[in-house]
Amino acid sequence: MHEMTVAQSLMTIIAEQAEQNNARPVSVKISCGTLNPVNDEVLSFAFEAIAKDTPCEGVKLQVEHKPIRARCKYCDSNFDIKLSQPECPKCGRDDFELLPDAPLVLEEIEFQTE
Amino acid sequence: MKKVEIVKKILGENEKFALENLFFFTKQKKICLNIISSPGSGKTTILTRTINELKGKIKIGVIEGDIQTDLDAERIRATEAPAVQINTEGACHLSAAQINDALKQLPVEDLDLIFIENVGNLVCPSAFELGESGKIVVLSVPEGDDKPAKYPAIFAKSKALLINKIDLLDGGHVDFDIEKARADARRLNKDIEIFSVSATRGDGMDRWCDWLVKTVAKSASQ
Repeated sequence: MHEMTVAQSLMTIIAEQAEQNNARPVSVKISCGTLNPVNDEVLSFAFEAIAKDTPCEGVKLQVEHKPIRARCKYCDSNFDIKLSQPECPKCGRDDFELLPDAPLVLEEIEFQTE
Repeated sequence: MKKVEIVKKILGENEKFALENLFFFTKQKKICLNIISSPGSGKTTILTRTINELKGKIKIGVIEGDIQTDLDAERIRATEAPAVQINTEGACHLSAAQINDALKQLPVEDLDLIFIENVGNLVCPSAFELGESGKIVVLSVPEGDDKPAKYPAIFAKSKALLINKIDLLDGGHVDFDIEKARADARRLNKDIEIFSVSATRGDGMDRWCDWLVKTVAKSASQ
């Protein structure tokens, strides 16, 4: 249930931002990679549970799932890599560097304005 | 409405290490299987039996994860297979960084298959990718046939399910409906391979071992 850990970290950041912006948070955008994604429903469920009776109650979570990228060491192109077929789609070589999987990121918070 | 850009990482470095491990296994053409189950389901017994049955066919190394002790690594080493013990000192799961480190202590080049025996826990380890080729979930019959329904994530993510200790079904000492457990697991994961085994008596181990041999051969030819 690492979504609970994610939800707790999220809530901490959102609460800080809500205080700084002196506004009520309405929704947040999160993005995550392919290898270690969060389950949207589980995360929302965990978040709803811990956000109850806090300033984060009712905040909607939107999760964007991103593919894994790689950089070809030969032709220097960057591409979405298929781990089942690890080669550069441009030059066909397999001498590449995997770029870090998209981390789990809190991208944006939308606040209600009076 | 006012939008505020944050762009802040929520979790740590686990993903980076998992990718590195995955890339390592892909490049080296090694299969790595992450075994996850409740404590006491028979993971280590399955491994020692598997290693012994596959001697001369495929070379196996093991990374053992436990909160304390190196008892499991010792059991693996008694089969003459190489084993590295990780003690998590209280943590409920192995992390990709720990695997990255442990791989440096294994003679990976000489191996065909690396097993990771995760900390006994049916929930947390499934959320932490280690860069493995696949997850294997073990469910022993005394735990009850409702586990696939109650703990769906690990059954949904696993390549294979081993239903262990089926010898205990003889004589009706344990009430476990194998068909129900299989159906519940398949509902979550139609591709999951299911093996009913007794690692102590040996039932079903041949089918499981054949599957491992095929899985390793497929990886080596890719």
